[in-house]
Amino acid sequence: MAERSFKKEVEQLRIGAGEVFRGEGILAITKALLENGVGYVGGYQGAPISHLMDVLADAEELMGELGVRFEANASEAAAAAMLAASVQYPIRGAVTFKGPVGANVASDALANLASGGVTGGALIIVGEDYGEGSSIMQERSHSFATKSQMWLLDPRPNLTSLTQTVKHGFELSEASNTPVMMLMRIRSCHVHGAFVAGENRKPELSVRDALSNPRRDTKRIVLPPYSYMHEQEKISQRLPAAMEYIRKNKLNEHFGPEQGKVGIVVQGGMYNGLIRALQRLGLADVHGETELPLYVMNVAYPVMEDEFLDFCAGKDAVLIVEEGQPDYLEQAFRAILHKAGNNPVRIEGKGMLPMAGEYTGKVMLEALEGFLRAHAADLLPARKRAPNRPEDADDVPDLSKIVPIRPPGFCTGCPERPIFAAMKLVEEELGQHQISCDIGCHLFSIMPPFELGGTTMGYGLGPASNAAFDGGGERRPVSFVGDGGFWHNGLTSSIGNAVFNKSDGVTVIVDNYYSAATGGQDVLSSRASNATKQTKNPISKAIEGIGVKWVRQIDRTYDVGKMRATIKEALSTDHEGPKVIVASSECMLNRQRREKPLMAQAIKEGRRVEKPKFGVDEDVCTGDHACMRLSGCPSLTLKMPEDPLKDDPVAHIDTSCVGCGNCGEVADEAVLCPSFYRADLVHNPSGFEKWWAGVNSKAIGWLQRRRAAKRLTWIETMEPAE
Amino acid sequence: MTQMEQILPAGQRDLRVDQIIKLAVLAVGGQGGGVLSNWIVAVAERNGYAVQSTSVAGVAQRTGATIYYVEMLPESGAQPVFSLAPAEGDVDILIAAEMMEAGRAIMRGFVTPDQTTLIASTHRNLATVEKVVPGSGISDSATVREVAEKSAKTFIAFDMEALALKAGSVISASLFGALAGSGALPFEIESYRETIRASGRGVEKSLAAFDLACEAALERRRDPEVVPPKARPLTADGPARQVKQLEALGARLAALPLPAQDMAKAGLRKVVDYQDLAYGTEYLDRLDAVAAADTAAGGAEHGFDFTLNAAKYIANAMCYDDILRVADLKTRGTRFERVAAEVSARPETLVQVTEFVHPGAAEFVSLMPRWLGAGIEKSPGLYKLIDRMVNKGRRMRSDRMVPFTMLYFMGGLRHWRRALLRHSREMAHMQVWLDTALARLPKDYAFATETLKARRLIKGYSDTHARGLGKFDRVMQGGALVAARQDAGDWMGRLIAAALADPKGEALDGALATIRSFVTPDTEITARA
Repeated sequence: MAERSFKKEVEQLRIGAGEVFRGEGILAITKALLENGVGYVGGYQGAPISHLMDVLADAEELMGELGVRFEANASEAAAAAMLAASVQYPIRGAVTFKGPVGANVASDALANLASGGVTGGALIIVGEDYGEGSSIMQERSHSFATKSQMWLLDPRPNLTSLTQTVKHGFELSEASNTPVMMLMRIRSCHVHGAFVAGENRKPELSVRDALSNPRRDTKRIVLPPYSYMHEQEKISQRLPAAMEYIRKNKLNEHFGPEQGKVGIVVQGGMYNGLIRALQRLGLADVHGETELPLYVMNVAYPVMEDEFLDFCAGKDAVLIVEEGQPDYLEQAFRAILHKAGNNPVRIEGKGMLPMAGEYTGKVMLEALEGFLRAHAADLLPARKRAPNRPEDADDVPDLSKIVPIRPPGFCTGCPERPIFAAMKLVEEELGQHQISCDIGCHLFSIMPPFELGGTTMGYGLGPASNAAFDGGGERRPVSFVGDGGFWHNGLTSSIGNAVFNKSDGVTVIVDNYYSAATGGQDVLSSRASNATKQTKNPISKAIEGIGVKWVRQIDRTYDVGKMRATIKEALSTDHEGPKVIVASSECMLNRQRREKPLMAQAIKEGRRVEKPKFGVDEDVCTGDHACMRLSGCPSLTLKMPEDPLKDDPVAHIDTSCVGCGNCGEVADEAVLCPSFYRADLVHNPSGFEKWWAGVNSKAIGWLQRRRAAKRLTWIETMEPAE
Repeated sequence: MTQMEQILPAGQRDLRVDQIIKLAVLAVGGQGGGVLSNWIVAVAERNGYAVQSTSVAGVAQRTGATIYYVEMLPESGAQPVFSLAPAEGDVDILIAAEMMEAGRAIMRGFVTPDQTTLIASTHRNLATVEKVVPGSGISDSATVREVAEKSAKTFIAFDMEALALKAGSVISASLFGALAGSGALPFEIESYRETIRASGRGVEKSLAAFDLACEAALERRRDPEVVPPKARPLTADGPARQVKQLEALGARLAALPLPAQDMAKAGLRKVVDYQDLAYGTEYLDRLDAVAAADTAAGGAEHGFDFTLNAAKYIANAMCYDDILRVADLKTRGTRFERVAAEVSARPETLVQVTEFVHPGAAEFVSLMPRWLGAGIEKSPGLYKLIDRMVNKGRRMRSDRMVPFTMLYFMGGLRHWRRALLRHSREMAHMQVWLDTALARLPKDYAFATETLKARRLIKGYSDTHARGLGKFDRVMQGGALVAARQDAGDWMGRLIAAALADPKGEALDGALATIRSFVTPDTEITARA
């Protein structure tokens, strides 16, 4: 069950021709796939296209009706490989994953796919995770397209353009027998807008029908001599065919006047940002009508040489707006001009714009101003032409010493917190260890308060990235990997590798029942029943199967004591070969989503329900915050005590506490302090229970009154309200 | 109309560009920023606006800072081109779902005096880095507020989280209310309410939170000034003789220097509550002696700062944290009431309370009579045996008779506290500290006062307590090194601050190294050279 449900939204996918579709980019893309007779879809979740996978999963019923196969692929490689169906069969297929890390994983299959070429349209929707909000290394997916020769579409970020691009993507792919990559930038995935819908279409040939009539053409298989043929074919046939289609269908767009002293070339995805800068300079109206000639590259690859040269004709200078580095487009354009020879146009790009980093509103505005001041100052408003002082920037108050950093971290009640609390306690006892991390929520361990782990090398590669230390030493290397990464490729690349090489290392597999960081999608070891997927395949069985002899399964990560003892055992046992701990507890976000309505229902129906919550006795807490250093839970926070004798804020647990138990466990294990208590609120207690509680309460009350009678009890007069 | 004619003359802004309303929401992941931005989109569409919203999904939302962005313009048939991300210096409405996020927005240039209505909830959602500091690492909201007043065109700020909780809802509803009440969007308030109703879930509570915040924003309400905690009154119920004695002790407070009286009152209350009235007398006797020394040292000039700090820290030193105190506090009737209120218990529900206690041999032995405890400490074998027996985490159901009675019994042991090993140690330790401060008083008032303040470092239980004591000792040693200097007080203050900066005491080591570098005797330096 995914974190976000699109059940309601996917109903809109049924609307017919002429109706207006309102919603997010990911929904619009899904609608466009259906309108264009897609035969199968798949992919692997990851920001920013996680929700596209969720939409597809939620739309499975509708797709079934249309004869469209949906597959939640095991990895990006599996997703890309699935496009093989479009090699021999005229079936349109689309897969999605994040870029560039997903494309990294997929690139083996993508290269093979691109070499043999496709018969049916093959569309790879890549969520370009670049700039603010990204959680990965900052790279571009661009080079995957160029190295394997797949066409790269980078559409303007509005729903009409996005849906049109899906259509053209399939057609372009079929016209040139080449897979097509479509870039979805972070914000365009969730851009909310509208477009006029078309009719959904069943695929002309469904995957089921194709199975009844298998076909093969040896020439499409990547093996000599055909692979040499493919390379020639790419240049002699597929490229010209693609350029022909792009030109004819005007995939790249022109805005503004045809002629002008200066012009701007911009990636489709950066169009809105550029227009905003033009609007702010008074050079474009609200609808984007501008008086500067613009060449908008909705196709980032192949570069249309003739279109570019035509655009440059008669201009003094052209600015290239290309976000990210290396500056592939600028290099291509400069090469084109060089080859063309004697072209007087001046190219500006990187330099005027920064080489690296996101092109935010300010960056874009300043670069545009700079470009115009240098090449067409008359276009600038007077105040911009010769500014008396540099605007803004400097008067932004510096609050960096006050505003704390707030990186993402473990959620309230996260079952991974106690794992790292235990690891930190082990390190406090045995000293620092070599720890490698992996991709997933558990990577938050590198942040305060835990600050554990030195590297993250890729999904499912945590243990593999400790391979150099497999030989062991005085202290064993420790690695972490999540259940998502484990099934993605950790089983073979990490665990298999460790078994084969007789690794001495310790691996902790963090099993939270979901691919949690990407939004709670099911994985093989998920414990929930899933109507269309086989779940409940235990991780421990898989690792035993691959040859790990020392396996410890922990079914309640909140047991910090057991967790700590198990890690210590793994670090000290005489066992030769890898030591693997599977630490399993359900992702709290998903658990709460699942249990809250059930609990509310049970309370309503009069069934017995215990609701735990932790608390802190304010007068027992001394304000040292040792508990915070083993927690970082959002619900465990601080407040200033009302006692003027106390200097420092005391611990406080707010109403968001879900009673996971970490506070109490850690206070115990680390021998912190007795301030914590757990209060279980029992709804609908049984008759006996009530009677017994009454007896206890009476006895306790008697004792309390007895003592109170012999001592002073403060009378707390209320302060008059101000 | 041809395309060329549509185009404006050079450098002249399309005035409609200024009509695009740009709204950004800065929130902490999990605060419901998505719900809020959906409502904003819906209310704008309801009012005939073309709207675009963007967000960043993914791990950025896992309790980290995140941003939602909305642009809107009256619908005109043709599609406007909206930006996907906020631009520095070009945001009309900025909603910060937490005070430091308002600060972050300002820092990022999203708040400008000519343009931005800043709507901020003043509550704090502490970041981890603020919480892990052993002292106080909480960032200063007042500075952010001050800067916000200057940076925003309009600044609407009050505790929207509190209003949401009051209404049983979440902050997205009260933020939406504050937006409506701010008048920054040209929409009728009723259309916001209709938007909430149309969204379908938790409507009643959302509307209640919405209305509270809307009203507060309409009135441009501000949070009441935060007043520092005052000493609570010294009035109590109990046996008549004790009440009378307390009154007599209370009367003695008047003899103390005025600036120290409130603190002394709080201290007196604490020590009496901790032990008994005789303990209160002991406390006041100590304080009287301190006040006399303070007066002799010209304390009047310093506002009797020394006595004030002595009132605070002597009370804290006398009320050291031991198992007896914990047991006493945890078994009181008032505490049971507080816990029940905290979980919103109702008559038809039951509250079960589990205590997490983990005493070690050190605590156990220190609770023995002086002769016995000291004897056991001399025998490592016996000590280890005791540790094996007692040192484990215990969970005690304090709502059950048997565990309660055990705790109750422990709490009752306070009557014998004065005879216990721990007490003799604590009192000796306090005396050395107090004597040191008093000895410094005639020579260096500030230094003496800072010496008292070092007591702040001793807190916690078990290892934490030991670590605090260690830091205290090192700070006192550092103090001794600088005692002869004119700025000894400043150095003492720096040492205390450093000791509170991190748990391991790395900052303190640094500060001590600095001190050692300049107090090293000249002879030594010469010898080395």
